[in-house]
Amino acid sequence: MSLGFALVAVLIAAAAAGWIGIARARGLRAAGRLHSLPVYHGSYAALWAAIPALLLLAAWAPIQSRMVNQAVLSSPEGKALPAFEMQRDSILSEAREIAHGEREQGFNPESSTIAPRIREAERKYTLIGGAVALLAALAAGALALRRIRPDFRARTGVERWVLIVLFAASLIAILTTLGILLSLMFESLRFFRLYPLHSFLFGLEWSPQTALRADQAGSSGAFGSVPLLWGTFFIGAIIAMLVAVPFGLMSAIYLTQYAPPRVRSWLKPILEILAGVPTVVYGYFAALTVAPVVRDFGLSIGITSASSESALAAGLVMGIMIIPFISSMADDSIAAVPQSMRDGSLALGATTSETIRKVLLPAALPGVMGGILLAVSRAIGETMIVVMAAGLAANLTLNPFASVTTVTTQIVQLLTGDQEFDSAKTLAAFALGLALFLITLLLNLIALRIVRRYREQYE
Amino acid sequence: MRKRVRRRYASERWFRGFGLAAVAISVLFLAFLLYAMASKGIGGFSHYEARLPIDFARSDLFLDPATLHGPDAAQTVAGADLEGVISKAAAAAYGASAARMFGDAAATRLGEAIVANPDVLKGQGMFWLPVSSQVDIAAKGESDTASEQLVNALQQKQALKRTFNGRFLTASDSTDSSSVGVWGALKGTFFTILVTMALAFPIGVLAAVYLEEFAPRNRWTDMIEVSINNLAAVPSIIFGLLGLAVFLNTMYLPRSAPLVGGMTLALMTMPVIVIAGRNAIKTVPPSIRDAALGVGASKMQVTFHHVLPLALPGILTGTIIGMARALGETAPLLMIGMRAFVAAPPGGIADPATVLPVQIFLWSDEVDRGFVEKTSAAIIVLLLFMLVMNGLAIYLRNRFERRW
Repeated sequence: MSLGFALVAVLIAAAAAGWIGIARARGLRAAGRLHSLPVYHGSYAALWAAIPALLLLAAWAPIQSRMVNQAVLSSPEGKALPAFEMQRDSILSEAREIAHGEREQGFNPESSTIAPRIREAERKYTLIGGAVALLAALAAGALALRRIRPDFRARTGVERWVLIVLFAASLIAILTTLGILLSLMFESLRFFRLYPLHSFLFGLEWSPQTALRADQAGSSGAFGSVPLLWGTFFIGAIIAMLVAVPFGLMSAIYLTQYAPPRVRSWLKPILEILAGVPTVVYGYFAALTVAPVVRDFGLSIGITSASSESALAAGLVMGIMIIPFISSMADDSIAAVPQSMRDGSLALGATTSETIRKVLLPAALPGVMGGILLAVSRAIGETMIVVMAAGLAANLTLNPFASVTTVTTQIVQLLTGDQEFDSAKTLAAFALGLALFLITLLLNLIALRIVRRYREQYE
Repeated sequence: MRKRVRRRYASERWFRGFGLAAVAISVLFLAFLLYAMASKGIGGFSHYEARLPIDFARSDLFLDPATLHGPDAAQTVAGADLEGVISKAAAAAYGASAARMFGDAAATRLGEAIVANPDVLKGQGMFWLPVSSQVDIAAKGESDTASEQLVNALQQKQALKRTFNGRFLTASDSTDSSSVGVWGALKGTFFTILVTMALAFPIGVLAAVYLEEFAPRNRWTDMIEVSINNLAAVPSIIFGLLGLAVFLNTMYLPRSAPLVGGMTLALMTMPVIVIAGRNAIKTVPPSIRDAALGVGASKMQVTFHHVLPLALPGILTGTIIGMARALGETAPLLMIGMRAFVAAPPGGIADPATVLPVQIFLWSDEVDRGFVEKTSAAIIVLLLFMLVMNGLAIYLRNRFERRW
């Protein structure tokens, strides 16, 4: 017995209410003209039966899991569990899986004795929650059914519900944003309780290996984010942009100003394929094909520290990935420049390239800059290319042939090992995530503002 | 004067040349990328098989043909020491250096052959079995000398042939590169995308309808709009962190499951669908709405009977593009534990699973050289899927999109 049964029961009740509603409204047709079609009367009853009960169930599910935990911990078997929170949680999650029949037994012997307690508590609370929800469904459905009369405006009622559903759907976006902010901030706060904020912001050393023993070497547990931010900036905002901006801009200029329409209609989709290639493919390509070439090139020009996981390889490939993005942003902002400006310049005898360089580009510059900022924000958040090609050593260096690491690489690195959720290492990943989120948010807001203001100028 | 004009025209030509070069280099890079993946990956779809005579009567294999009927046969055969039998037979046939020329895949294949026809156990049999990845690489022409000598010896006896590697499409992940396949990852991808689609499409379309047709102009609506536009630009890894903190650590949903992966990707795809949906709804001309309102339809009826069906092709195009992006996404899924080693294809949305991009990432990390061509082959499969989806989107756009 799980809440799934209650869900099915509620849905059946709603369907029944809808069916009765339709039947009743049909019966009323003989008595006179109905305001709404029978199907609206049916939907009205079904919606009233379903939505409040479903909301109840959705609200009950998290409450139930908390109450089950409390009930289990206060039982005699639960009190015998180790007080250490992490160990207790792992036993509980094992016991939960046993109780649900997902595994036979856990690594901890206690989990099998706890499992029946969990099953008992879950059965009890599911029964309570399910019964309340089903009662709510039946009561609301019955109330709605009683209102069926020829002049009852069922359609208006249904439409009000639909509007509420529409509004709720659009609220999900805000909830997601809030969820991101809150979860990142909550975990980051826990991290900053373990590790001082100013050392995180201004520390020059990043070596997240926390010591298992006090005398262990090379495991200082330093979480200074400066080398990571520099690596991110170096790869995403400098090297990648050095590739993407000239290529993207010139592609956009060629495609919009010079290419005949037939060529353009072929080349533009091909460029867009570059944007559609999954990043893991770029990452593999960067690590397998580009990185050795870059390293050999570095060695041949006498840079002995050239690493096979270089900033240059990752940045180059990332830049190529960004080309179509810059190209389409530049395309839009060049197209937004009024035709009259172009005509005026050409009429004065300027060549096409002079018109582009001296009239179109300066006029389109704010839009192009906004596009570049958006591209930087995307490059900074890009993960797979740097994870696969950029390496893990947190170097504070200007040498593009050396290995640098980025914020996203470290987040992946910190969260994919086998470690407990409460350690400083895992929490540090959330602090890095928060930093990444805030930086990209800032870049996006500035970029969107620039682009919007620029558009208004010509409209 | 003439000189100056000539100089200006020259610079015009240079500028134009730069533009053409920029486009050409981008396109060439794409071609090179595809060529590199294809040339490496095409080998992953074929593998070498070697002929191996096995004398079961003289081997010390304890398998009774009489017990090998019914559903338990595969279990019984899997429990037998087929690897040992193969290794001894190989050493007897091709010399001591050949003892390790077959891998796990050969044992699996031999097991299947025995189950299909238990009578082979009574005497001698001749089998074509897939060779180990080391020999496979050597046969494809790049490896150490020991394996190459073995390959030469086998080729002289005509005991080696190249066949289509059917296992690559039907098997799941494995530690042995000669027996890996993408089927488990494909199934995981399918479940994940199914969950994403089921959540992101309705929510995205409904939100787009609300914002475009019903939303009053006020602070709430502005906030919704800003957060949707911002969500579309949030790095994907942040959604992974959200999934980890909320779905796994607060809601106790199963780790590594397509359910959680799909929910995470749905949050990521939803803004894309909302933006595409709003643009599509915007292009439906007001005259349609006015006409429907004029004959007495309610606002809701106008929207759902007239505006939405007309905007649907545009919405679908945007949705498919968003789905294609979700299909290629790796980073958020790494965060919620979909990088676990999963040797069995998932049976539902709550089973541990992996998806194709994550599988590619995992294989790219393997040290075994046999995984290089498997990784590229998996990339070919992934790119084919992307191509199909994007092609579908372009077809829909050209076929159904109406210009008003």
